[in-house]
Amino acid sequence: MTAIRTPTLYQQVVDSTPDGHRLDICLQCGTCGGSCPSGGDMQHTPREIFALLRAGYDDEVLRSNTPWYCVSCYACTVRCPQAIPITDLMYTIKQQAIARGYYDQHAAAKFSETFVGFVEQRGRSFEFGLATRFHLFHHPLQSIRLGMVGLNMLRHNRLALRPKSIRQMEQLAAILNKAKELAAKEMQA
Amino acid sequence: MTSRSYLYYPGCALQHRSHAYEVANQAVAAELDIELVELDDWNCCGATEYFTINRLPAYALVARNLALAAGQDGGDLLAPCSACFLNLYKTDRHMKQYPALAAKVNKALDAGNLHYEPGTVRVRHLLEAIITDIGLDELRARVRRPLYGLNLAAYYGCLIARPYPVFGSPEQPTMMDRLLEALGANVVPFSLKTYCCGGHMTQISEESAFEMIHRLIKNAAESGADALVTICPMCQLNLDIYQDAANKHYETNYFVPAMFFTQTIGLALGLAPDQLAFGQEFVSFAALIEKIQDAPPPRTRPERRPKQALPMPAMPEEV
Amino acid sequence: MDDRRVGVYVCHCGHNIAGTVDVEQVAEWAQRLPYVAVARHFQFMCASTGQELIEEDVRELGLTHVVVASCSPLMHEKTFRNACQRAGLNPFLFAMANIREHASWVHPNDRDGATAKAKALISAAVSRVLRQNELEPIRVNIHPATLIVGGGIAGIQAALEIADAGHHVYLVEREPSIGGHMAMFDKTFPTLDCAACILTPKMFDVGTHPNVTLLTYSEVENVEGFVGNFQIRVRQKARRVIEDLCTGCGTCWEKCPIKVIDEVFEAGLGYRKAIYRPFPQSVPKYPVIDVENCTYFRTGKCRMCEKSCPAGAIDFDMEDRIIEFEVGNIILATGYKLFDCRRIPQYGYGRLPNVYTSLEFERLTNAAGPTGGKVTLRDGETEPKSVAIIHCVGSRDRNYNRYCSAICCMSSLKFAHLVKEKTGAEVYNFYIDMRPIAKEYEEFYHRILEEGTHFIRGRVAEITDAAHTAEEEGKTIVVAEDTLLGRQRRIPVDMVILAAGLEPQADAAEIGRMFGVGCGTAGFFTERHPKLDPVATMTEGVYIAGACQGPKDIPDTVAQGAAAAARVLGVISQREVTLEPIRASIDESRCSGCRICNALCPYNAIEYLEAEGVSRVNAAMCKGCGTCVAACPSHVITGAHFTFEQVMAEIDGIMVDVYSESPTAPLAEIMA
Repeated sequence: MTAIRTPTLYQQVVDSTPDGHRLDICLQCGTCGGSCPSGGDMQHTPREIFALLRAGYDDEVLRSNTPWYCVSCYACTVRCPQAIPITDLMYTIKQQAIARGYYDQHAAAKFSETFVGFVEQRGRSFEFGLATRFHLFHHPLQSIRLGMVGLNMLRHNRLALRPKSIRQMEQLAAILNKAKELAAKEMQA
Repeated sequence: MTSRSYLYYPGCALQHRSHAYEVANQAVAAELDIELVELDDWNCCGATEYFTINRLPAYALVARNLALAAGQDGGDLLAPCSACFLNLYKTDRHMKQYPALAAKVNKALDAGNLHYEPGTVRVRHLLEAIITDIGLDELRARVRRPLYGLNLAAYYGCLIARPYPVFGSPEQPTMMDRLLEALGANVVPFSLKTYCCGGHMTQISEESAFEMIHRLIKNAAESGADALVTICPMCQLNLDIYQDAANKHYETNYFVPAMFFTQTIGLALGLAPDQLAFGQEFVSFAALIEKIQDAPPPRTRPERRPKQALPMPAMPEEV
Repeated sequence: MDDRRVGVYVCHCGHNIAGTVDVEQVAEWAQRLPYVAVARHFQFMCASTGQELIEEDVRELGLTHVVVASCSPLMHEKTFRNACQRAGLNPFLFAMANIREHASWVHPNDRDGATAKAKALISAAVSRVLRQNELEPIRVNIHPATLIVGGGIAGIQAALEIADAGHHVYLVEREPSIGGHMAMFDKTFPTLDCAACILTPKMFDVGTHPNVTLLTYSEVENVEGFVGNFQIRVRQKARRVIEDLCTGCGTCWEKCPIKVIDEVFEAGLGYRKAIYRPFPQSVPKYPVIDVENCTYFRTGKCRMCEKSCPAGAIDFDMEDRIIEFEVGNIILATGYKLFDCRRIPQYGYGRLPNVYTSLEFERLTNAAGPTGGKVTLRDGETEPKSVAIIHCVGSRDRNYNRYCSAICCMSSLKFAHLVKEKTGAEVYNFYIDMRPIAKEYEEFYHRILEEGTHFIRGRVAEITDAAHTAEEEGKTIVVAEDTLLGRQRRIPVDMVILAAGLEPQADAAEIGRMFGVGCGTAGFFTERHPKLDPVATMTEGVYIAGACQGPKDIPDTVAQGAAAAARVLGVISQREVTLEPIRASIDESRCSGCRICNALCPYNAIEYLEAEGVSRVNAAMCKGCGTCVAACPSHVITGAHFTFEQVMAEIDGIMVDVYSESPTAPLAEIMA
């Protein structure tokens, strides 16, 4: 049993999501949980995440695998009877988890990080590098089997071994750096 | 027919992993007198990953493409990939809807001497552009090898159906169904037409991914589909290269090739399989081509309902 | 200064006004306005003590005009006018300043601003009231007959109440028979008595009552006039069956070769013929010919009904009949339409055969329905072994209707009982919140719990035929989060019933316009006051009852039907009605006879006198809307109580300097 909690994460999540304040009118009906294609594997259904968030169980929310199992299919968003932007809220919770250092627990976070790393280096994603780097670092055992998939992709001419870059990489880097700077300011405020 | 010209944003996947899609898009575009002018020096849209890490840089990443497109002034911006389409569309829309966001994004773009005025670029998916601008009648007239005898399941996936209903119903769209019918194919009712392909779950939790992939191939096969037709490289990737693994996981042996919709159009327009990069798929198209008949199959009479059966509600074209 | 003496009363309205507006300061300030003899503030002006304050001051201080600064005139103008009248003052020498809706409520966080605004509004009212004239109310006789639109249970109940009280009723129904939705039902909650058994006697009574003119297969085409004196025009569609000859024997529809899906009475689940009577207990008992589907009307051949009719009652050449009559009051009881479940594609209705709507299920379980009351799958023979009932379909959902449809919880419980009773199937009710909120309803819920129905708290996400496991093969699978467990559940069943929501009739807005009744955001008719005047409307003499006002079940519908009837009987018993004397009048000596006003008047109240070459307003028909006043190019039309001088004085008054110690309207002297 715990005493009344003061939710801190809730306001932050709601404030930094477009239309996020609609979460205030959640009816806890469970349409999101029922609609989620990966809901069966989530530690909490999306509805439960929102209930925990509202009740101030911030730690439990940030530890949960739920947002990381979101496949971004938007089924919940279009079905929600209160028109809550659930998918976008999941993105925000993920960002908060990273920002608050809960990052290490989720393979998905690392996958995203690896992906973003390539984009920031080259302006384009690079599957071969992504797959090898991500799996060698994080799933050494799985990577053997996926290696077979990779070989097969090579055979079907579907994998490039050398990454491509965009021409004006400095321009993109400047834009992203500025955006990160602004985002950091946002976080502090 | 007058030729049409569009700005074209191929996206990263079409460079290699789904190069067949790119080949087919170019071949079909040439055949339909469509000029696809590639957006110069475009960058990745961030897929579903960048928004996870940091929202503002993610918008800025996408907005750079929009700014470039506005500068290049080559017509509507077409994306053949659902994720690219959604990221471009959503960024434009969010910037328009939330001026504070637009201001921040433009501050970032300014660091690269770019600026984007929300609403200036019309972002569209290739499928929608072909259906709306070319039209099914025109397409039907251009079919040289009707896909008679092929039973196809139109698979839309998530991101063009949702969250923005640019394709009609977010649950049961029919746009591609009509297109495939126009090509002479038989479109099977496919309950999971907007069900998720698993997205990046193959990288995060195979079990989850296999479950989703398996559901799709099982339902498609049970609906009588010879193939799934997709409009997104991610969907095709999951259904194609992981089909074998998903089958093994569930001890089944479904065989449902997943074809890009432009490959299907190209086939009906009479292009040769190698012009459409057939053979890059894991689940082979070879048997499909064999299956195409010269004449439409005889119409099967609808099953006679028993006398005491109750009437079904009438359905409009699309609700 | 002359001897005009104005009394100003500033109401606290409890905390509603005084919480934001500094009423004490406002009253003190108003005291200094020209002609103001007394200015007071009081906690509740509408209370009897508040009204007595006005009466005393009029008598003792010799007030000639009264201003009350409180709420909307819609709320209490009548109250204060009556107080003036009791004190011997003409009620039209009273004006109201709305400092609640127009000041305190809209500026809750700006005390100074709201206070200043209240002062300006009071100054406007004072400036205006000084120029108001004594007026006498207009009295007109009330026609004792009543028009009731809609022959469902609400209209039937209202008709019987009024007819039994000895007054005439015209009951107009669009369909060939009265009975409405209730006639389609098998059982009614929570008592489970048979709908037909309790409804048909009432239908029969209406059909045979000497005080009721029953106009079925008819629609109101036009309404003119005002309370007490409405002129009604009804179009009675041609039945093509001569009622005087027809015995209702049924030979015609037995012989008719054309079978049509009955989308109305059978909810699309059963068939009828091209000549048909909706159901055996139809009132009246005569059939109608459905011209769209009748072979004779399509090809010129057949005439099977005519040949077989022993009474010679078929008349293919019958034409629509226009019926005109006068009534004093009108009750709208036009009911609801069911939410179209095809709008939620993920629920599979229309795609998956064994997904039914609630109305379809009502017919399925009805002994007079298409299966004779046997609960079966769409094949018409297989009994379900498991049934899911989905609450809130199309309701409580911003994608469709935001409101709760009020009846679905209880009808879903009723369905659960009927399914169990008739098939013994496992029943799963999926709900968001259980709302069995009226007398004996909670007890009914407990009874269904005892019967072993499974309740799953979770709004259904989707209904699919895409089987995932062996036990799902061939079933209809209902997918939802069981929110009490926090788990996704997939329940494979044989049959699904969608408890569809209630919506306004498709033509509710159009009907509303015809009768001068507004529709709320959801599209249902708007009552005069949501709590205190639930069956009256903003148009005098027009009342509403039943589901046309909002979703409601049979007990509430019947109560409203009776309530509307009581209101009508109250008006009839007064024999005459007092109308506001706020009417336009034309200075005929200066009228140029251009007739611009004639065409603009929405109430056709202006006639043109050929001989004199001028226009004249019929005071009984005029509603004082002011359209003609504004349109007259010669400025010779005046609206009583809204004269040019009064309106200008009000505008002048509102421009007062609210911070001045000796406030006066800027142009007051010139205006005076």
